[in-house]
Amino acid sequence: MDSKTPIISIENVSMRFNLAKEKHESLKEYFIALTHGGIRFDEFFALKDVTFDIMPGDFYGLIGLNGSGKSTLLKIISGVYKPSSGKVTVRGTIAPLIELGAGFDMDLTARENIFLNGTVLGYTPKYIRSKFDEIVDFSELKDFLDVPLKNYSSGMVARLAFAIATMTKPDILIADEILSVGDFLFQQKCEKRMAELMSGGTTVILVSHSIEQIERMCNKVAWLDHGHLRRNGPTGPIAEEYRHFKKQDSMQAEKPE
Amino acid sequence: MRTIKNYFVGFWRYRYLLQNLISRDFKLKYRRSVLGVAWSVLNPLLTCLVMWAVFGSLFNSRGQGIENFAVFLIIGQLMFNFFRESTTMAMESVLKNAPLLRKVYIPKYVFPLEKTCFALVNCLFSFVALLIVVLITRAPLSLSTALLAFYPLIMLFFFSLGIGLLLSALYVFVRDIMHIWEVFCTLLVYGSAIFYDPTQMGIAWVQYAINLNPIYWYITSFRSCVMWGEGLTPNMLLIDFLCAALSMTLGLWVFKANQDKFVLYM
Repeated sequence: MDSKTPIISIENVSMRFNLAKEKHESLKEYFIALTHGGIRFDEFFALKDVTFDIMPGDFYGLIGLNGSGKSTLLKIISGVYKPSSGKVTVRGTIAPLIELGAGFDMDLTARENIFLNGTVLGYTPKYIRSKFDEIVDFSELKDFLDVPLKNYSSGMVARLAFAIATMTKPDILIADEILSVGDFLFQQKCEKRMAELMSGGTTVILVSHSIEQIERMCNKVAWLDHGHLRRNGPTGPIAEEYRHFKKQDSMQAEKPE
Repeated sequence: MRTIKNYFVGFWRYRYLLQNLISRDFKLKYRRSVLGVAWSVLNPLLTCLVMWAVFGSLFNSRGQGIENFAVFLIIGQLMFNFFRESTTMAMESVLKNAPLLRKVYIPKYVFPLEKTCFALVNCLFSFVALLIVVLITRAPLSLSTALLAFYPLIMLFFFSLGIGLLLSALYVFVRDIMHIWEVFCTLLVYGSAIFYDPTQMGIAWVQYAINLNPIYWYITSFRSCVMWGEGLTPNMLLIDFLCAALSMTLGLWVFKANQDKFVLYM
C-alpha cells in the first residue's frame, strides 16, 4: 500500500444524538406524551466537524475526558454507527477489540465461542481451525476449553477476546480500553502482541485514560473535547498539555437550535 | 444496483456466521433435555394428538367429512407452527442481539434470516412426525406429487422471512408489536383451516374470507401435493409466489429504510 494515502480518512464527521427525555417504547407511552404537549427531543452533537487522517502504520491514541466522543468515533470508524453528516473512508480490514464479552454467548463453551466470535469477525471456519491452537496458547485457557463461558472470570473472558481478535493480521486494530483488564502479566503480553502487529504494518487506534500508556505506545494522538477535535498530532507535546488540562478550560458541546 | 450487489457480497461473507448461529441455537435449544432433538418430532405429534382428540372425537362435528383427518391436521399444524415460530423469533432477534450490534458491524438482516432458517430446520425435523402419522393411520400418500410440496414450503419460507424482517424492524421502535402479534397469531390459528375444511362448511363468506389468508393457501397447496395427489393448480402457483414476493418486498424495504437507526433505539 502507498504510504502516502491515509488508511482511514475522517472528513467533517458529525454525529447528532437525539436524547429523547423519555424513551417511548410502547404505543401507549408515545400517545400519552403526544397529548401532553408533544414529544421533546434534546439533541446534541457527540461529534462536531471532526476531520483527520490516519496513515498506515500509525499508532494512534484517542484521549479525552468521559463523554468527549471517543467511543462514538470508534463506532463510526468500525461501521456500527452511521455519521449524521460527513464521511469516513476505511481502506483495509478492521479487527475491533470489542468490549468484554460482546459476541460471546455465555452459555456456550470457549471452544464453541472461538468459532462463533471468529465468524462474527468475518473469518472462515477453516481459517479459525488453523489458528485454533495459537488462540488457545495465547489465552492460556487450555484446561478450560470445554467449560461454558458463564463460569469464567472476567479476566479469562478478556484474554479469550483479545486472542481471537488478534489471531489474524488486520490492517487496522481498534482497541477500546481493553488493556485495562487482565493482570499485569497479561497486559504486558497484550502490549507485546500489539507491538508485534505494529511492526507487521498494522495500524492501531487505542483509547485509553492512562496517559502514560498512550505516551509509551502511541506516535500520534487525537484529543477530543466534547465532540470537538481539540488537538491532533505527535504524542509528546499533546500529552504534556493534556496532563495540565483543567476541567474549566473544556469546550462546550454544540447544540442545534 | 451497487447496493444490491454489496448486499449479496456481504451475505456471502457472513454465511459462516449464519451457519454458526443456527448450530448455536440448535445446541442451546436441546441442551439439558433428555430426549433432545426427538422433541422436534414429539412436540407436534402430541399437539396433533390433542387436537385430533378434541376435534375428531369430542366435538365430533368437524373432521368427520375429512378423509385422513390426522394427516390433514398435522400438515396444517406443522406449516402453521413454522410460520408462527419463525416470525416470533425473528421479531425479537434484532433487539436481542443489541449488545453485539452496538459493538461490531454485522449486517443486521443476518439475525431475522438466521431465525427463519433455524425454524425451517426445525420444521424439516418435524416432518418425521408427519411420516409417523401417515404410517400409523395407513393413509395413502401420493408419492408422485409429494416432491412438489417443496414449492409451498419454500414460498412459505420467504413469506415468513419478509414478515419477520418487517416485525423485527418495527419491534425495535415499538415493543407493543410482540403482544399484538401474539394475539394475531391466535386469531390466525382459527383462520387458517388447520382443523376444518372451509369448502365443507357451506358458508359463502367464510370461504371468501379464508381465501384472503396466505397461510391457508400455503397449507392447502401442501395438502394438495402430499395428501390428495392433485399437485399445484395455476392459482396456487401464482398466489403462493405473489404473497412471498410481496412480503419480501415490504419486509426488505421497511428493514432497509430503518436499519441505520436501530442502534440508536436499542
